[in-house]
Amino acid sequence: MYAQMVTPEKNGDESSPELADFEARIDAGDTIEARDWMPGGYRKTLIRQISQHAHSEIVGQLPEANWITRAPTLRRKAILLAKVQDEAGHGLYLYGAAETLGVSRQELINDLLAGKAKYSSIFNYPTLNWADIGAIGWLVDGAAIMNQIPLCRCSYGPYARAMIRICKEESFHQRQGFEIMTVMARGTSAQRSMAQDALNRWWWPSLMMFGPPDSQSPHTAESVRWKIKLLTNDQIRQRFIDQTVPQADYLGLTIPDSALKWNEETGHYDFGEIDWTEFYNVIKGHGPCNTQRLRTRRQAHADGAWVREAATAYAQKRLSRSK
Amino acid sequence: MVESVSSTLGLVRLRFAICYLLLVAIAGSHRRLLAVGYRFETYSRSRRSRRLPMNEWPLWEVFIRSQNGLSHKHVGSLHGADAKMAIENARDVYARRNEGISIWVVRSADLYASDPIDKGTFFDPAKNKIYRHPTFYTVPPEVKHL
Repeated sequence: MYAQMVTPEKNGDESSPELADFEARIDAGDTIEARDWMPGGYRKTLIRQISQHAHSEIVGQLPEANWITRAPTLRRKAILLAKVQDEAGHGLYLYGAAETLGVSRQELINDLLAGKAKYSSIFNYPTLNWADIGAIGWLVDGAAIMNQIPLCRCSYGPYARAMIRICKEESFHQRQGFEIMTVMARGTSAQRSMAQDALNRWWWPSLMMFGPPDSQSPHTAESVRWKIKLLTNDQIRQRFIDQTVPQADYLGLTIPDSALKWNEETGHYDFGEIDWTEFYNVIKGHGPCNTQRLRTRRQAHADGAWVREAATAYAQKRLSRSK
Repeated sequence: MVESVSSTLGLVRLRFAICYLLLVAIAGSHRRLLAVGYRFETYSRSRRSRRLPMNEWPLWEVFIRSQNGLSHKHVGSLHGADAKMAIENARDVYARRNEGISIWVVRSADLYASDPIDKGTFFDPAKNKIYRHPTFYTVPPEVKHL
């Protein structure tokens, strides 16, 4: 889902003995590690999936960092800082996992800054007020957790272990968001309206995070076969809706979907049509904040050059002194 | 640049400084160590020349001892200009929740690994020596403390 549009790479050598061994290992539930033989397609798909996930964490800092200076209280400022800090750490774990596959982090970052790499669609939406920070923690991090928990069991060791670490940290993010929503939903009528408005704006984009419907994702089967995607987009999306609707009920807020209805037969919520035109538009670069996000990332990278250079120069100085 | 009149701007700088110091750990690049087996293979620019090219920081593997009495455990990797920076970054990234009382960092280039391709033959000698396990031996039930 952080890799919404990753199409698995095809293998060239369909019937080599190494491939047969590899597939047997996957089927047996073995974990593939960095130095193990793996087909080129598996390696390439993982690099793309993990790097998109990493880019999403780093770009994901931007909409939330927007409100650090304007958090309503010192406690909430400190908490939001900690959350944004966590996202940087998550980016690091994922770049680290991608590097075990033979790519350098600098290449991945260059692709992001050049606009060649993708990141999750959700981070192209703006945070208009403090209620958005609550909605993001509750819905966006909630959706991320839904996707990341199965990935803790994915076939590639470094990625799975990064996921375990990330999941441990992510659950505070969701609770932080829900706490903000609770306080606002129980506040003044102006605060309640703000919270409802944030839910109205973030609900559908959060559902789009899970990627296109299965019927429009013909390549899912391969990723599932390699166990780098453990549930289909529709499956996780349904799970997320089923878990989140009662939470919205608790808050006393209304999910902006008139077709949302509990289906006694299926044991799931029926829900309305997602506007996939909006999704593809955002993926293609025409969302509300795509241009701004990339510009900010490039500026941040340029502005940080003096820090990197200073650290390198300092390290060299210490090295020459110790000789 | 650092001097700023408004406290809001100061907080913005603080925020950037924190995020950048984390992001600078991501700014470098270094090829991953190739594994070695009986064949010793290692690729490391830092071995050939002790001069660090600008903006290229080596990759380090991080190990953390979570509690007194336990061993250091591998938790991940990061880039850093030198050991001191790598340890500080490791503290910032891998020990935010009191996960550690001690950190080791090793340049990835200095970490050697057995080759998984040889896994079968390399570890084979251990497979048929079951007499190394205490369960191999029959202890008469009347005999205590054995």
